[in-house]
Amino acid sequence: MTIDTNAGGPQHPEPSLRRDEAAAGDARSAPTGTGSRFTRLLGLALIIGGAAVAWLAFVATPPDVVQGESVRLLYVHVPSVSVAYMACMLTTVASAVWLRRRTEWWDLVASSSAEVGAVFTAVTLLSGMVWGQATWGTPWEWDARLTSTLFLFLLLLGYLGLRGATEDRTARGRRSAIVGLLLVPNVIVVNQSVNWWRSLHQDATLFRTDGDFRIEGLQLFTWVFATVVAIGFFVWLLVHRFRVGWLADRAEDRAIDEALAVRRAEGGTGGAP
Amino acid sequence: MLADAWLIAAKDLRLEWRSRVTLAQIAPFAVLVLVLFGFALDPDRGLLAAATPGLYWVAVLFASVLAVQRAFAVESTESSRDILLLSGVVPSGVFLGKALAISVQLLALEVLLLGGVAVFYGATLRGWLLLAVTVLSATAGIAAAGSLYGVLATGLRVRDTLVPLLMLPVLAPVLLGATRAFEAALEDTPADGWPWAGLLVLFALAYLGAGVAAYGSLLEET
Amino acid sequence: MTMWGYVALGWAITAVVLVSYVAALLWRGRRLIEQVPEGERRWL
Repeated sequence: MTIDTNAGGPQHPEPSLRRDEAAAGDARSAPTGTGSRFTRLLGLALIIGGAAVAWLAFVATPPDVVQGESVRLLYVHVPSVSVAYMACMLTTVASAVWLRRRTEWWDLVASSSAEVGAVFTAVTLLSGMVWGQATWGTPWEWDARLTSTLFLFLLLLGYLGLRGATEDRTARGRRSAIVGLLLVPNVIVVNQSVNWWRSLHQDATLFRTDGDFRIEGLQLFTWVFATVVAIGFFVWLLVHRFRVGWLADRAEDRAIDEALAVRRAEGGTGGAP
Repeated sequence: MLADAWLIAAKDLRLEWRSRVTLAQIAPFAVLVLVLFGFALDPDRGLLAAATPGLYWVAVLFASVLAVQRAFAVESTESSRDILLLSGVVPSGVFLGKALAISVQLLALEVLLLGGVAVFYGATLRGWLLLAVTVLSATAGIAAAGSLYGVLATGLRVRDTLVPLLMLPVLAPVLLGATRAFEAALEDTPADGWPWAGLLVLFALAYLGAGVAAYGSLLEET
Repeated sequence: MTMWGYVALGWAITAVVLVSYVAALLWRGRRLIEQVPEGERRWL
């Protein structure tokens, strides 16, 4: 443990977990990446779980009575859409909490969840298009769920764009919290209005078969298990993304401190620049 | 709050009157969009007549992006925001004033574009009451959401490209509702259009409320 | 394309997107952590 010699600025108390890790034989004094023992264990479990999902989806489960082989696509599509909506909800909730508490923690939770959510929304849209092409014969239908998922993706891109562009951290927190708070309401408004619009056209009901087929037994288990693995994967990504965001803020603080120190050394007096 | 809103709106409209950016640049742009749709869709095939309500509102939305950017370009310097705050104007007043000024400019633009679709697309304007309610409520919604999302990008280098990305997905329901209501009015079946006009009113009220609530938090930036 | 082709395509797209995101995320973390002094690096 080399940190203990660095007694000059112990601003952050050393967490107890590190000691356990050191005792367990982990010789490194400080992490060199965003992984920790928790995420490594979770990652290992997820690799095993992911392999199990693939085996269940491709080998163990029979083709669906109505859907045929294309049901195997839904074992990735449906869990990813669940996680995408969950992430979007978490962004809105964390933004709301940030507006009350104003802590970096909630700001980072909201933004990390938004980025991970955008990835899962992209996966949802792409795998959904493949499934649509396979079963409907068209990758896109103007139905409320598809359209509002696309708008969710666009809204998340706007949120991330705003965050990426705002350099001042206080302003970044305030502005992105407003956009994050309005994220779920906006998706609901889009969903409702498209729903209303499409329900005026009778042809929209042509594709209502996708919710009709019954799932049971091993298919249902595969579905539930795949969703659990996807949620675990979301947690893993969220923790890593949170740490990347935290590190980015620390690195920025440091860059500013260094620039100030250089300025002060040049100016001599240490007055305001 | 309302007195402050009036003050801000009067200031913005006075600035606009002096610079004439909306009149001399945004309005011609919107008419140009209408004409370009004419080139793209070939007036002889009857597509333009069928698509008139949608094209009209797409042109309005594009113009509204420019109007919102213009409204916040005026305030983009740090000092003008400080002056606004120091002068004791309440944040919700700033929001309502901005939205009001944008609404007034958009309404002028929409009247012009109505003339445009009548002339270029040969549209027969009917169902005036529904048209008027739709125009007013859609404009209020666009201006309110635009004022809220427009202020978020002030002072950023990528402001010009970020504002449409933030604003347009949010305004998609307005485009949907206003287009359906216009269709109903032009086809002389206003009963089909009133529910959509109701949606537009709700959208406008929701975003007016959201803006009033959010501006307090946004303008405390130093 | 056969049904199995679509199934394979859908899974492949999902895997490629997620694996690339994981790789990018871990790479970003490793690059950023070098700029933070050792004493401040801590994970719960």
